[in-house]
Amino acid sequence: MKQNLFRSRHEQTWETLEAVLAKDAPEALRTRFPRLYRQVCQHLAVARTRLYSGRLIQRLEHLVLAGHQRLYGSARQHRGRLAGFFARDFPVAVRREWRLVLLSALVFYLPLTAMLVAPQIDPDMVYTVLDADMVHDIESMYEPGEARIGESRGADSDVLMFAFYAYHNTGIGFRAFAGGLLFGVGALFSLAFNGLFIGAVAGHLVRIGYGGTFWPFVAGHSALELTAVVLCGAGGLRLGLALLAPGRYSRRHALRRAASRAVPIVGGAAAMFFLAAFVEGFWSSMAFVPAPLKYAVGLALWTLVTVYFLFQGRSHGH
Amino acid sequence: MGAAEMLDTLSPVETPEGIELGLRLAGPLPRMLAWLIDAIIRFAMLYGLALGLSLLGTFGVGMLLLTGFFLEWLYPVAFEMLMDGQTIGKRALGVRVLCDDATPVTLSASVLRNLLRAVDFMPLFYGLGVAVMLSNGAFQRLGDLAAGTLVVYVDRPRGRDTLPSAPPLAPPVALTAEEQQALIAFAERLRELSPERAQELAALAGPLGPGGAPPTPERLVRFANWLAGSP
Repeated sequence: MKQNLFRSRHEQTWETLEAVLAKDAPEALRTRFPRLYRQVCQHLAVARTRLYSGRLIQRLEHLVLAGHQRLYGSARQHRGRLAGFFARDFPVAVRREWRLVLLSALVFYLPLTAMLVAPQIDPDMVYTVLDADMVHDIESMYEPGEARIGESRGADSDVLMFAFYAYHNTGIGFRAFAGGLLFGVGALFSLAFNGLFIGAVAGHLVRIGYGGTFWPFVAGHSALELTAVVLCGAGGLRLGLALLAPGRYSRRHALRRAASRAVPIVGGAAAMFFLAAFVEGFWSSMAFVPAPLKYAVGLALWTLVTVYFLFQGRSHGH
Repeated sequence: MGAAEMLDTLSPVETPEGIELGLRLAGPLPRMLAWLIDAIIRFAMLYGLALGLSLLGTFGVGMLLLTGFFLEWLYPVAFEMLMDGQTIGKRALGVRVLCDDATPVTLSASVLRNLLRAVDFMPLFYGLGVAVMLSNGAFQRLGDLAAGTLVVYVDRPRGRDTLPSAPPLAPPVALTAEEQQALIAFAERLRELSPERAQELAALAGPLGPGGAPPTPERLVRFANWLAGSP
């Protein structure tokens, strides 16, 4: 069949498909879409084997690509997905990686504990992690008797502190995750370094007798924030492990599989960082709240986080 | 594989219908330029906001930090989801993000490729990202590899696909299918060629003119019309 005859015979079909692919296509047309699309796919195959001209083939390719994206593109409804994510997907994704979460927790909490204990034995140990200026800043932030703890500004800075913690901590988490792509080294480094840092701050403040202001301050947001750090690290380790030990997959394929398992963990952890920042900015800094109440809230949140990751979403099966 | 396929940055994707589609991959340079445009826009937004929010004291500074966070991490995700895989910079350069099966980019893929920017950026200005891009066949940086995404040119159909009309004339010799295709393609492109270039190209067709001379472009258009079956 000559090209012009082919064109005039099918022009109508192509124009209809173009109309269907337009954003405001009427409902009646849209029901014809799959059939039209497959017809045009066939036309393209025919046009190619018959070596019809480049322009004609280009036009059909353009139509087929647009149709392909419409037909096979994800038409997922985002409404209601967020609730499902926190009710099921997030805790399930975390449990699925429980080994790496455990490893990540070890790499984070062991240095933290070590640096918490070290200054009690040798006070100068704190300077192996923090420099003198930092130590001075931290001391002034947690000085007993301050109206606001953990900061040196007035009450109107709650929003500022929330924003700062959200910006700063979530960024740390994201970088720890991304660092996992460097064969896990970036994630391990980030976990250990943050563990050492937090441990050193706590250890030093306890040694100089500021524990009375420090512990009630961190009690509230610790569950959310520390767990989120561990989860981001675990997500990063998942990426690193895929590159180190891809198993029966190519490294590229292993990485993609690992990434799709890690994304919900990191997304959920980001939400936890924001929640932690909220608690830290608006609740932890209230100096007039009695310490026992702060400890109680902290304990309740630790329990909640533990129960959430252990049990939430189990009834939905796999 | 023909020379064109070896030179071109076409990435073949097979659809479930058994059709192979060629995606035109965008290399490091257009992507850097797109990033630069986005970076300037982000900086300008932050700077503009800083001027406005500084009137609000510490509350304003807080809002600025939050905006900074969203601009740093979620600006590309938001645009890729809302604007068919294009940020403003990508739209300006005519490129878009697609999944590697040629379907529109999904939320989780977009989040992933943009979070992993932090690694691609290392050690300085996307050094690692560019190195990885150049070391695989599809210009994917690490974030793209993990998310399974491609950055491709948005293909727009170019020009009309009809021939300039001329009385059909049968070629003096039998032509192979490829030769016929080349003649029709030449006729379709003729409107966009300068007369001199058209002459040059027509001369390459060999002894198709009267008496074995090189043909004129007009003569080739007549052959093309005959081959395409014009009345």
